[in-house]
Amino acid sequence: MSQGVLAIAEQLDGAFRKVTFEAVSEGKKIAAGMGCSLTVVVPGSGMESVARDLAKYGADKIIIADNAALKEYTTDAYANVVADIIGKEDPAVVILGATAQGKDLAPRLAARLDAAIAIDVIEIKVDGDSITATRPMYGGKLLADVVLEGTPKIIATRPNAMGVLESDGAGAVETVSADVGETAIRFVEKTMESNKLELTEADIIVSGGRGMGGGDFAILEALAAAMGGAVGASRVAVDEGWRAHSDQVGQTGKVVSPNLYVACGISGAIQHLAGMSSSKVVVAINKDPDAPIFSKADYGVVGDLFELVPAITEEIKAIKG
Amino acid sequence: MDIVVLLKQVPATEAMIGIADDGKSIKTDDIKWVINPYDEFAVEEALKIKEEQGGTVTILSVGTDKTVEAIRTGLAMGADNGVLINDPATAGCDSLGIAKILAEALKTMPYDLIIAGQRAVDDDNYIVGGAVAEYLGIPQISLVNKEEIVDGKIRCNRTVEGGTVVLDAPLPALFTTQRGLNEPRYASLPGIMKAKKKPLDTKTLSDIGIEAPSPKVGIAALRMPPERVGGRMIEGESAQEKAALLVKALHEEAKVV
Repeated sequence: MSQGVLAIAEQLDGAFRKVTFEAVSEGKKIAAGMGCSLTVVVPGSGMESVARDLAKYGADKIIIADNAALKEYTTDAYANVVADIIGKEDPAVVILGATAQGKDLAPRLAARLDAAIAIDVIEIKVDGDSITATRPMYGGKLLADVVLEGTPKIIATRPNAMGVLESDGAGAVETVSADVGETAIRFVEKTMESNKLELTEADIIVSGGRGMGGGDFAILEALAAAMGGAVGASRVAVDEGWRAHSDQVGQTGKVVSPNLYVACGISGAIQHLAGMSSSKVVVAINKDPDAPIFSKADYGVVGDLFELVPAITEEIKAIKG
Repeated sequence: MDIVVLLKQVPATEAMIGIADDGKSIKTDDIKWVINPYDEFAVEEALKIKEEQGGTVTILSVGTDKTVEAIRTGLAMGADNGVLINDPATAGCDSLGIAKILAEALKTMPYDLIIAGQRAVDDDNYIVGGAVAEYLGIPQISLVNKEEIVDGKIRCNRTVEGGTVVLDAPLPALFTTQRGLNEPRYASLPGIMKAKKKPLDTKTLSDIGIEAPSPKVGIAALRMPPERVGGRMIEGESAQEKAALLVKALHEEAKVV
């Protein structure tokens, strides 16, 4: 009979992404609820030393799937290796992060294993063998409670939605020489913007919209840098070519849930509000006192953002010393 | 090059979404239905590839009577023909079931390349593209914002957190779209006229030879997210004063900085 929880770790250049610790922590909670153990699969190359750290988040067993061909993520190599391990371990639940990688791998695994799947899950409830997952739909305009049937159940957790919890796991390490099987996809190269904080993983986001009036976001960059946050944009700012597509927050862009979201010169179209409404604290800065964004903001400031934002940056620097 | 675009009709993103009386579906009165924005990128990219390399563009959708409108819009943009799987039995399917149906339909069609949206902006499931590729046993590359086809191979720029990965795959293959891939064209008036005469086949599940797969995922309930209410306006004489009061509140009350 299927039992146990199996988490899939995600690494970039040999280091785990934050969402891996979130998925492993959540996997431990599910395992505790079901009264079973947590296994973490670590696909990659030369991951042995960092993989041991996963015991801190409750991993009872750590399977290192080691192969040079797994250093960089490709769908078919990863799907072949992970599906093999799932076949052998026969878990009741598979959990991973809903990143670009997780959202690519999970549906492939679900189709191969004929498994129930839910992506971008923000809350999980276990009741015996049954699992209810809560996930946003319509870009965050609605929340859906979905019930997953059969085994395994595949759950991809939305980055920043689940906490990281330390707990003791036995952490028994097993290294397997993973067979990637037949693969068609070839990794050519990658270009990473160094130091760029990913919006969906950022604790603080400073976003700019139409009120920026142009592509110079330097004052927002400065405020974000002072707080250790990332810079986002409204659809208008992206459509105008002021910011990259990857910066867009909203129903057709990224749905974010930082601790602090600062909306600068953003009036608050319904698609944008949906994409940021799960932020913990929202600050709106706009010269129009009737802007819809103020009705969704914890703190509103009416005024010229070009005066306010640099002043806020100075105040932040003062308290950070 | 025979290209198939997987298309879904969804509520326009400016729509207010309300929950129907059953608590499990949305209110559909007064909703304007459109082509899923990510599928619009897929139609546009298919047309561009066809313009460069020749071939056909077919739009494939699972939907209802009203989905004809969305497919006709794709045909008016320039696609050659449409296939609509219209069967009440699909209503109870989950994403994996829809993917299985699409894959079965694709097995009866010629294709070198399949293009799908990364997700539909209604359910936000992110499942259909990858699952269709798996059922067909072909490679998939997702979140693509640039592609090039040379010598039977496709090279894609795939967007990942904080960067871009370049990948190659042999055709036939499937890729899913990301913002920035292109600017979808508007249907021209002559395009709209021509679209009325383009072939649009409607099929039932028995035409494809598949029974509706039983769902493994079901919606138990829909809820509105916790309503955000407007909080406090920060008042002050100068930008400096407002900034100081705001940061004090963020630091001492909200404790987020």
